[in-house]
Amino acid sequence: MSEVSLVVNGRRVSGVVEDRTLLVQFLREHLGLTGTHVGCDTSQCGACVVHVDGMAVKSCTMLAVQASGSTVVTIEGLADGADLHPVQAAFREHHGLQCGFCTPGMIMAAVDIINRHPDDLDEATVRTELEGNICRCTGYHNIVKAVLAASKAMAQNRGNTAKANEAA
Amino acid sequence: MGIEGIGARVTRKEDKRFITGAGRYVDDMVVPGMKHAVFVRSPHAHAQIQGIDVEAARAMPGVIGVLTGRELKADGIGNLICGWMIHSKDGSPMKMGAWSPLAVDRVRYVGDAVAVVVAETKAQARDAAEAVEVAYEELEAVTTAEEALKKGAPQLHPEAEGNLIFDWEIGDAKATDAAIANAAHVTRMRIINNRLVPNAMEPRAALGHYNKAEDHYTCWTTSQNPHVARLVMSAFYNVAPENKLRVIAPDVGGGFGSKIYIYPEEIVCLWASRKTGVPVKWVADRTESFLTDAHGRDHVSMVEMAFDKDNRITGLKVDTIANLGAYMSLFSSSVPTYLYATLLSGQYDIPAIHANVRTVYTNTAPVDAYRGAGRPEATYVLERVMETAARELGLSPAELRRKNFITSFPHQTPVIMNYDAGDYGASLDAAMKAADYAGFADRKAEAARRGKLRGIGMSCYIEACGIAPSAAVGSLGAGVGLWESAEVRVNAVGTIEVLTGSHSHGQGHETTFAQLVSGRLGIPLDQVSIVHGDTDKVQMGMGTYGSRSGAVGMSAIVKALDKVEAKAKKIAAHMMEADEGDIVIENGACKVAGTDKSVPWFQVALAAYTAHNLPGGMEPGLKETAFYDPTNFTFPAGCYICEVEIDPETGTTEIVQFVASDDFGKIINPMIVEGQVHGGIAQGVGQALLEGAHYDPDSGQLLTASYMDYTMPRAGDLPSFQVSTTETPCPGNPLGIKGCGEAGAIGSPPAVMNAITDAIGTNELTMPATPQKVWAAIRSATRH
Repeated sequence: MSEVSLVVNGRRVSGVVEDRTLLVQFLREHLGLTGTHVGCDTSQCGACVVHVDGMAVKSCTMLAVQASGSTVVTIEGLADGADLHPVQAAFREHHGLQCGFCTPGMIMAAVDIINRHPDDLDEATVRTELEGNICRCTGYHNIVKAVLAASKAMAQNRGNTAKANEAA
Repeated sequence: MGIEGIGARVTRKEDKRFITGAGRYVDDMVVPGMKHAVFVRSPHAHAQIQGIDVEAARAMPGVIGVLTGRELKADGIGNLICGWMIHSKDGSPMKMGAWSPLAVDRVRYVGDAVAVVVAETKAQARDAAEAVEVAYEELEAVTTAEEALKKGAPQLHPEAEGNLIFDWEIGDAKATDAAIANAAHVTRMRIINNRLVPNAMEPRAALGHYNKAEDHYTCWTTSQNPHVARLVMSAFYNVAPENKLRVIAPDVGGGFGSKIYIYPEEIVCLWASRKTGVPVKWVADRTESFLTDAHGRDHVSMVEMAFDKDNRITGLKVDTIANLGAYMSLFSSSVPTYLYATLLSGQYDIPAIHANVRTVYTNTAPVDAYRGAGRPEATYVLERVMETAARELGLSPAELRRKNFITSFPHQTPVIMNYDAGDYGASLDAAMKAADYAGFADRKAEAARRGKLRGIGMSCYIEACGIAPSAAVGSLGAGVGLWESAEVRVNAVGTIEVLTGSHSHGQGHETTFAQLVSGRLGIPLDQVSIVHGDTDKVQMGMGTYGSRSGAVGMSAIVKALDKVEAKAKKIAAHMMEADEGDIVIENGACKVAGTDKSVPWFQVALAAYTAHNLPGGMEPGLKETAFYDPTNFTFPAGCYICEVEIDPETGTTEIVQFVASDDFGKIINPMIVEGQVHGGIAQGVGQALLEGAHYDPDSGQLLTASYMDYTMPRAGDLPSFQVSTTETPCPGNPLGIKGCGEAGAIGSPPAVMNAITDAIGTNELTMPATPQKVWAAIRSATRH
């Protein structure tokens, strides 16, 4: 058994877990954060993607003890209070989800993709970058649309913030 | 959210919970005292069980119980059944072999459940499952239907001699043979429809809870039809009487057919909960899903299509062998018969059709309906043959199809179906225009200059959806009726709950069903809630599959709404001292037509519940129930065009454009319909290019049992799709809906394969058209 301590969605949490406990199990079973899903057992489907210290990670590929000391954001912690994250809003606006099971991982991966390509995101890049996330419902068409739209919205937000800062 | 009626492209009500991580799937459910189950499964494709030693497992840490098939049988739990009776052409009933939820004497496929371990944690249950010792005597296995039919093949069930389940036929053999004998041209092909694994992203799961004090069971399960699950578990599997069994299918992460059936695991979890005295949860890991979810397709067909000298089809003869796996799954027998052979007329006027279908046991996972179920197999047969015939006859594939289209309705085919409405020329024209079919030759020449092989292929599909009239399916062997039920509850403040027997697992019913009510009564969308998936809330239902929730489920809501409106009008007329016949309901009010008199909807609702001043003899309340049984199937149809570019050096296929033109009748929410088509096409393209379930022919091991081996379509494998619709309303139901859930998966595989074979100049290519196969086909085509 090992002790783990980390910050999840802005809250400091700790627990004692079996050494073999995966991060996804710690999130789901110990913290009750069931928005992060498990869709496979070979780290292929991406339903379990969360952010660990700002980077997208498949939480089925990491032991809880490895994440100890890290800052983790899950789908439950992505929105800013009642305000949806632009990627969440875009998935709804563009019908980027159907059954919703792959959606949390898909959204967390998309946020990371946009963060890593702040200025030059195009359809081909989105499709390549989504390689680690499987969706069986949407055929990816509207997911790609949503990611591109969110990328634009986030760039615009950055522009507005920059302008506001200049004006100040 | 305002008033959003039929036709509105409104975003989905259910999305908020899914995009914020607040969806609730079976694996998210926690019941106090809940423990975890892991199944011990056969590692062999075929073996006799000589003994099971559970003592070591029982002594493992955290273990609460280890249960086997003998105990299950001793408690009277029944065998799994197939609920659709098919008779062979000699009149004998299909040969259903025994399928115990936990195998007793023999295992018949890799993954067959043998025992279950219940422990404090899933990890402990898994450890203990490893310690269960099963002594097997291995037997020879057979994995393909053609091999299983051969003399001397390993025999699976004593009930089915030669592994033959049934040998069934439809149509007029004599007339068809005569058409072929007298034909000016006959196109002959051997067509294989590759075996697929449905792969809903949420693995199957079940949580069984037996409450001893109440003698009552609750089952949370990943089901497309919780009421059918309750009925079957109660009436046939002897788990519990219906009044003591509640089945809940909460948020379900995709189904595609694979979650229609009642599997061993939910039965065992309920029974194990009673045996161990704790709630028992089981969640499949992905390899378990690959091994034990019902697979799809797996047909081999010999096809002959006859033409006269004017290139009109005069006959179609099909001989199909369908692999049903080790046991007959719940609806397995209907898929290669009434959902397949009855669609072999396609969009074409064919005077004589004959189909013979043999279904066969093999040492593989059970095979049942997967998105489209029989109709993709029929479409693939027809559309590959049509394309090949056009090439052999030197005709344009589009014009050969157009020449043979059915153009007047209703149209009775030689294989049962009576098409009610359609305009196949309209979808063909729309698709050809969208794809710039006329400009293809230039694009091909341009691609050739870049060293690429460019091809174009089309597919004109039809499907029978909205399944279906209960009397009709009953006469064809179905064990259940296929109506749907709805209840419309108007609350005292005028808000509404609609309880439906349909089940949404991605289709967006919470939005589209609410649109119907919002538009009709003129009340805001967020004042209408849709309740589904719980047998304690919704009285009865047949669930969601066969693109039936719009055509059948919503029609039931229309019927219930008719009754609600009729009563509301009586109350409003009484309140305004007007004639009932003059009352209209619009914009959230009951109005006296032609006057400025009106009462708001909520006041009518309130009057119904205060009951201070109702018309004489009227019962208080405003709540109505309806059951709707359709009069016919519905017949969505369309045309898909696929254009590919192939690198002859590597055999890699790129889909450069994919166009879909569908006729779904009336559309409730275009955004949702487009999403259904996108997803269906992706699954069809997956079948054509990437997917295939492969068993090792000797050992019977599933070689494609993980996402490392089974190629799921990923974002980079697919293009964006151009989808559009034409509309001929369905005359058979009140909303004119045909259904859209399966079309994409039905229409797309032949379009892709026709495009690839066009590009490389051969008619011989099987799905999935992997780079290796395409590369080899190019090489062999070049040698000729």
